[in-house]
Amino acid sequence: MSTSNFIFGLFFLSTVAIAGEPDVARQKELVHLVRQDCGSCHGMTLKGGLGPALLPENLRDKPAEGLAATIYYGRPGTPMPPWKAFLSEAEAAWIVDKLMTEFPE
Amino acid sequence: MRLLLIACFALFLNACAGPQLRGTGDLGLIIERASGHVTLVNTTARQPYARIGGLGDLSHASAVYSRDGRYAFIFGRDGGLTKIDLLEAKIVKRIIQSGNAIGGSISQDGRIVVAQNYKPGGIKAFDSETLELLAEVPAEFAPGQFSKVVGLADTAGNKFAYALFDGGEIRVTDFSNPRQPTTQKFPAGQQPYDGLVTPDGRYFLAGLFGEDGVAMLDLWQPEKGARKILENYGRGQEKLPVFKMPHLRGWSVAQGKAYLPAIGRHEVLVVDVATWKEVGRIPVRGQPVFVMARPDGRQIWVNFAFPDNGKVDVIDTLAGKVTHRMEPGKAILHMEFAPRGEHVWLSARDDNKVLIYNTENFAKLGEIPAESPSGIFFTSRAVRTGF
Repeated sequence: MSTSNFIFGLFFLSTVAIAGEPDVARQKELVHLVRQDCGSCHGMTLKGGLGPALLPENLRDKPAEGLAATIYYGRPGTPMPPWKAFLSEAEAAWIVDKLMTEFPE
Repeated sequence: MRLLLIACFALFLNACAGPQLRGTGDLGLIIERASGHVTLVNTTARQPYARIGGLGDLSHASAVYSRDGRYAFIFGRDGGLTKIDLLEAKIVKRIIQSGNAIGGSISQDGRIVVAQNYKPGGIKAFDSETLELLAEVPAEFAPGQFSKVVGLADTAGNKFAYALFDGGEIRVTDFSNPRQPTTQKFPAGQQPYDGLVTPDGRYFLAGLFGEDGVAMLDLWQPEKGARKILENYGRGQEKLPVFKMPHLRGWSVAQGKAYLPAIGRHEVLVVDVATWKEVGRIPVRGQPVFVMARPDGRQIWVNFAFPDNGKVDVIDTLAGKVTHRMEPGKAILHMEFAPRGEHVWLSARDDNKVLIYNTENFAKLGEIPAESPSGIFFTSRAVRTGF
């Protein structure tokens, strides 16, 4: 095992250890999903489109659990579909956490 | 004498350095959504010839063309409106016209470019020569409430038809007096998500998201009001989730029929344009996004919303069913036919390339590298109503 692999391994273990965060590869997939596919309604820069803007200042006053539930179960009566076939509740919570702080590029 | 010779020589050089004359009928552009670039392409050579940057947020960007096919007007998500010269391959003018935009259209006479906006909800008209603002028409549907505008389409007489997503209306704004437009309003149904005008410019259709059906307005007899077609096509069945809104344009009409995406169903709905009655449903492999007829109307090409966006189905309009299925690449976002339809160009966003196929035998003819490509727009749109 090379040094860089070892360091990567340590990093990997540490990210999993923090509150069951998705691993690095999965985080990359989730970021791509949000920017590209959620982006078709919310905008690639998350400034909104047919769906509302998802920037930290837009979400600040909303409870995180409710936002995660909206991602996971969708919101009936609006075009927001449920994404539960493609991610777990923990991953929805991770997305909300990132949206409320700073969403990765 | 010597001076005269030098002067002649300079003139000769100048003549050589002048631009090579060429038409624009086989040119086009590819939107590179993630990086704010457009790649200019030649559909005869099937090759790019220039790349232009600095166009801002191009997610969901679209383009229309001047009548001469020389200038493209590109509407960006961030409200940017950029005029590009395809021959000189440069930006002629760029303005930020709103906070959040969703495309636009150009008038019958080519003099007015109209942008449709989500925020602030409404439409704005610009002089196509200078991009000077001519008029602004807010989409106020109740006191103080402004709707997102969808489905903007050019119709005869410098009129533009569009729909209000939040307001549930179809509107027709007449810009025959560009600085003093007048607007007619028609109740349409719940949550129109996009619209189209038929290639003859007569009918405007608004697809409804909030209910099963399509609102239809006869622009030759607007006094009759909008009526619903394809009502209750879901017949109370539970809808499948829609992970991307379908897109409607005049390309849906072929051989006297309109081929329309069902919402929340993996089907293309077929309507007879003479009677506006449903005459068929064609099962496909996902939620249709673009349902586009080849210019001759023999084939309909269908791409899909996430998670089926790697697939493309081809319907043969004689057979009335899907006769070719392909998985050409990752995240096929858009399709554009060569002016007479012998080739189709497909943007594969997550493969970072545009793929070119022969539409007769489905052989792959080539590919063009592009960064997160989305919309592809050829100058042949310049001469078509509703594009």
